[in-house]
Amino acid sequence: MQISASRLARHLFLVLALVAGLLARPALAQDISGALTKLTADSYADTGEAIADLATSGHPRAAVIVQAIQDKTLEFDAATKTVAIRAGSGVVDAATGETIAAPPAGLSPVRVNNRVRSAIAAAMGALTLMSPDPAKRREAAEAVFKSRDQDALPALEAALAKEKDAAARTALQTARAALVLAKTGASEADRLAAARTIRERGDQDAVSLLRSLPADTPAAIRDAAQAGAKSIETSLALWNSAQNALYGLSLGSVLLLAAIGLAITFGVMGIINMAHGELVMLGAYTTFMVQEVIRTHVPGLFDWSLAIALPLAFLVSGAVGVAIERTVIRWLYGRPLETLLATWGLSLILQQLVRTLFGANNREVGAPTWMSGSIELGHLTLTTGRMWIIVFALCVFVGLMLILKKTAAGLQMRAVTQNRSMASAMGIRTPWVDALTFGLGCGIAGIAGVALSQIDNVSPNLGQSYIIDSFMVVVFGGVGNLWGTLVGALTLGVVNKFLEPFAGAVLGKILVLVFIILFIQKRPRGLFALKGRSVEA
Amino acid sequence: MITHFFLKGLDRRVSLALLLILAVAVLVPVLNLVVPEGSPFHLPNYLLTLFGKYATYAALALALDLVWGYCGILSLGHGAFFALGGYAMGMYLMRQIGTRGVYGDPVLPDFMVFLNWKELPWYWWGFDHFAFAAVMVVLVPGLLALVFGGLAFRSRVTGVYLSIITQAMTYALLLAFFRNDMGFGGNNGLTDFKDILGFNVQADGTRAVLFSLSCLTVAAGLLISGGIVNSKLGKVLVAIRDAESRTRFIGYRVATYKTFVFVVSAMLAGIAGALYVPQVGIINPGEFSPANSIEAVIWVAVGGRGTLVGPIVGAVAVNWGKTWFTGVLPELWLFALGALFVLVTLFLPKGIVGTWSDWRAKRKAAPPSDPTPAPVPAE
Repeated sequence: MQISASRLARHLFLVLALVAGLLARPALAQDISGALTKLTADSYADTGEAIADLATSGHPRAAVIVQAIQDKTLEFDAATKTVAIRAGSGVVDAATGETIAAPPAGLSPVRVNNRVRSAIAAAMGALTLMSPDPAKRREAAEAVFKSRDQDALPALEAALAKEKDAAARTALQTARAALVLAKTGASEADRLAAARTIRERGDQDAVSLLRSLPADTPAAIRDAAQAGAKSIETSLALWNSAQNALYGLSLGSVLLLAAIGLAITFGVMGIINMAHGELVMLGAYTTFMVQEVIRTHVPGLFDWSLAIALPLAFLVSGAVGVAIERTVIRWLYGRPLETLLATWGLSLILQQLVRTLFGANNREVGAPTWMSGSIELGHLTLTTGRMWIIVFALCVFVGLMLILKKTAAGLQMRAVTQNRSMASAMGIRTPWVDALTFGLGCGIAGIAGVALSQIDNVSPNLGQSYIIDSFMVVVFGGVGNLWGTLVGALTLGVVNKFLEPFAGAVLGKILVLVFIILFIQKRPRGLFALKGRSVEA
Repeated sequence: MITHFFLKGLDRRVSLALLLILAVAVLVPVLNLVVPEGSPFHLPNYLLTLFGKYATYAALALALDLVWGYCGILSLGHGAFFALGGYAMGMYLMRQIGTRGVYGDPVLPDFMVFLNWKELPWYWWGFDHFAFAAVMVVLVPGLLALVFGGLAFRSRVTGVYLSIITQAMTYALLLAFFRNDMGFGGNNGLTDFKDILGFNVQADGTRAVLFSLSCLTVAAGLLISGGIVNSKLGKVLVAIRDAESRTRFIGYRVATYKTFVFVVSAMLAGIAGALYVPQVGIINPGEFSPANSIEAVIWVAVGGRGTLVGPIVGAVAVNWGKTWFTGVLPELWLFALGALFVLVTLFLPKGIVGTWSDWRAKRKAAPPSDPTPAPVPAE
């Protein structure tokens, strides 16, 4: 009990000193000459008061001086009223920091005892709480919130009285509430108010604070704290779900990009293109090439590199696609399983080709400045790059829809895939339409590659990691239906991300695969199945 | 009656192949063990292991041909059954290491000690006994095929959809076996085997026996498959392959037939995997990779699907090519394999054996009543 009594005494003394300091010179808060004079009195009581004065003064040198007392480098000369800090061989003036050319002979260190030491400790906390930089003040308040050191309460209240910055004020209030809540002596009303303040903070730290009250806390306060913690947890869970949904959308948009070209070649034309992933990879490598050229020749254009890469990637992958269709696939129409094998062979060839040309290692594809960084929204963190990919995926989707539904070429494509002989009889050159449709699907794979180069390693294996997922998306969404692909991709993305926290990334993916396998048992033609005669063809 | 079942499968081509396989099963070990090392007829050890590997691949290809060639089920997940059989055998071999592991734990395999496991998971129980492991080698792939195939065929998932979900199946298993918590050694798989049935796995004699066993498995697989495809059951399978709806409308339970042949095929693949593991000395999740399963499909396509003998020829030929290429021109192998996929599907849809028998049939203007007319697989 002796210790706590002496602590109490110390607190009282400090509070008094601080309040006295505040009241004494409210107008001249920056003036520390009085405090310095007290330091020259060579009495422990005066030194303690001086430290408290310094702590509340807001003077830029206050922290240095208090630190110097602690380090026993602060010296004084009672005769000349000089207070100086010994720095190496010379001394500097305590108030100004200027070197004193001819220091008085009678300089001796300010003496320190236990009472002065505890005054120093309180003052140091208060000094950061009073730092001229609002960010520093916030940090200090945060530190108090975390440490829940009851000794900091007086300093905190002093700082609060002077605080003007709104954010720092909130931080200080929360920190104060944290201390008051746990303080046995405070009134019940104060403690309940404190619990409410902490509840407003609304994060995980607040929950742990509310859940860890001292054992002797009255039931009413305990209940309020528990209720507060619960409500925070509920809202945190909501934020968490929102974040998961957002991650899910992001993953879904990546899946959509990878699968949408496949939705054309597999979904609309019925061609199993196992080389689809490699066309995505070609798009990514096109981006790499474009960036290389820009880096060496016109570095100023770097922010435009993706915009330049998009049409090029479409052309490269599209051209490769048309070539594949003309040389291999057109001989295999009506034999889907053979198409699968032949295009698998092509995928091996393309992979090895890229490996031979560019090497097996990952290639560096940079992000333009407008795609880097992130946005904070409440408790959500959104990476700009990811957001762009979501937007981009939707744009590609809408663009493709427009091409298929609103253009003459799209009309011909749909005509040929729905009834080849009738379309041919109408004068449509079906072989060309086949080649173009396949080229379109492959070109879109190339565009996807540009986007994926931003979030994935650009290596010859890039395509392989997407091919199974893409087929899953198309099959799940329903073959021959772009809307199915959209819904399928976003659903799988979101489901995957919601499973991850419970099951882990890999197990989540396995569960999704198993789910799709089971789903196909139930609806063998996918979510949005085509109906009618073309189904059995 | 059983003899009759098997003998029916013995047409000239299959008989010839059987004789050849049995001759190899005897000859290769003799050349390795009996012929002295200096002799030009001596077969080096590494070739014995290599041929043993080919033999297990041939059995896998045969299993695939049974479902693809005769029932039109293009499974892109047969590697999963192969790997499951391999894991069952690998678990037995792990248990045989006993205290000779790096950590010398009397109960737990090394990787479990390393991962701080305290006791043996229940699914490892019983693998100390060879008989139990041997049953699991056929039972686990068989059960998976029964559940997976049973569900899929009953729901009438056919054609490319089936191919894609079989691929998803093996991919899911690949991811699962990569996980350390699964208790199958994670990324590293099972390796560092010592004994099989008390014989050292590394010993020449053991390897020779394993090789012969692999050949015998291929021979047995050939006999059984031949019996199946030439029985009434086999005719129904071919009917399903060529006109599934019509077969169903005639009154056959298509799903039951398909499931049956799928399970038999999976079991054969499992046995092939079980023989593969002691010969190569390791089994890891990489065996589940979809690429492996597709590669097995190309063996069948190259040899000629729906010919039973073809897949064996294809598996050996393609893998011999792979060995040769990766030794001489490693960077060209994938080009060659890719080109093989493309060229075979474009120009040799019936594979080597199918094309050859077509050619022979054409040469003999009026072919004598051939017991197995070259099948023309349709989708």
